[in-house]
Amino acid sequence: MKRIAVASGKGGTGKTTVAVALAESLSVENDQIVLVSDCDVEAPNVHLYLDPDFEQSKDVNVLIPQIEEDSCTGCGICSEVCQYNAIILLKDRPMVFPSLCHGCGSCTLNCPEKAIREIPNQIGILERGIGNENIYLRHGLLNPGEPLTVPVIAALRKWNDGFSPELEIIDSPPGASCPVVEAIRGVDFLLLVTEPTPFGLHDLKQAHQMANELSIRTGVIINRDGIGETDIQGYCRENGIPLLMTIPLDRKIGAGLARGDTLLEIYPEYGDKFRALYKEVDQMIEEAVGL
Amino acid sequence: MKIAISSSTGNPDTEFSARFGRCAYFLIVDEGEDNWDKISNPAASAQGGAGTQVVQHLADQGVDAVISGRYGPNAYDALSAAGMKAYLANSGTPRQLVDQVQAGSLRQAAGATGEAMHGQGGQGGRGGRGGQGGRGGRR
Repeated sequence: MKRIAVASGKGGTGKTTVAVALAESLSVENDQIVLVSDCDVEAPNVHLYLDPDFEQSKDVNVLIPQIEEDSCTGCGICSEVCQYNAIILLKDRPMVFPSLCHGCGSCTLNCPEKAIREIPNQIGILERGIGNENIYLRHGLLNPGEPLTVPVIAALRKWNDGFSPELEIIDSPPGASCPVVEAIRGVDFLLLVTEPTPFGLHDLKQAHQMANELSIRTGVIINRDGIGETDIQGYCRENGIPLLMTIPLDRKIGAGLARGDTLLEIYPEYGDKFRALYKEVDQMIEEAVGL
Repeated sequence: MKIAISSSTGNPDTEFSARFGRCAYFLIVDEGEDNWDKISNPAASAQGGAGTQVVQHLADQGVDAVISGRYGPNAYDALSAAGMKAYLANSGTPRQLVDQVQAGSLRQAAGATGEAMHGQGGQGGRGGRGGQGGRGGRR
């Protein structure tokens, strides 16, 4: 199985548009079994384009400590080892703050009295289903107000639901920090979607540096070409990043996407363009394997 | 009653700090006395859970009441569990605020007065979400 992620740095550049277009172009014409994993767990929206029936779901839990009062001696070691200040010791009794707990298990491991039991704290869910064009979709949903996105993304990427697609396309959250790293770790290729504005370029640099840190090969797609004058091509040239596609600023595309139509529904010719892009990316992946 | 006041300078005669979990110093004084103890806030640059760590630290010092500008939900729960009074102030120096506590003119927080804060000082919006519509403060 090959795995291609779509990320951007900046939000709203068209990651989901690209991820859905790539999935549609390969699922329809090449008859590949394509999975889209929507890792933007704070605001997943691929399902709005693919309209799947979700058939299966699974809770995402973080294990939080529950202290058994009878065995606890109030020694305070649990509080000392907690790096997140999620346990404090007041009047020789530990007090747990579930919303601060990252579920690392240090307290349980270090409790000399074995007085800590770990109980699941549900922070989100995973869902899967089959959408338009037989595209298979998985996504994660973080409960509103919960701060920890990474465990939900990690659970989504590890979800073994017995399905083995030929290609997984990962729609990453925006940014260039932990959630994105968790979403794109270990992929074969990263498509960076940007726009020719100072904001697009700034965040493209962030995302590209992150990909370099992770030793992931990248290519750039410029979206809304014409919205600004910023020289994305120059940055790609200087840094040896292949520019794989340019999508113009086009009122018809904007209006169509806003209605919930996919890029291929708006302009079917993008099917050929994305199949050509995939061929190019696939070659780069194969070359890297050969190295 | 031992009172701790959040401060950015550690001086009882300069304006207090409204930040509870991440102020630079606490001034601790016994009600009715003039012996000001200045302690550094160990949680000022904590990655998370600054409020709970502060409460633990102040409880260890035997503090009975705190004066600050606002309290997050975790800090407030910890203060309640510790049995500490949480006074709310708008402006004033620590010396003036302690006088107000004694005069009974400073009100106590009836619940958390701020939203949950995650990470260092709560990161604000980080870049637009563009076409997806704003998502508010990213955490």
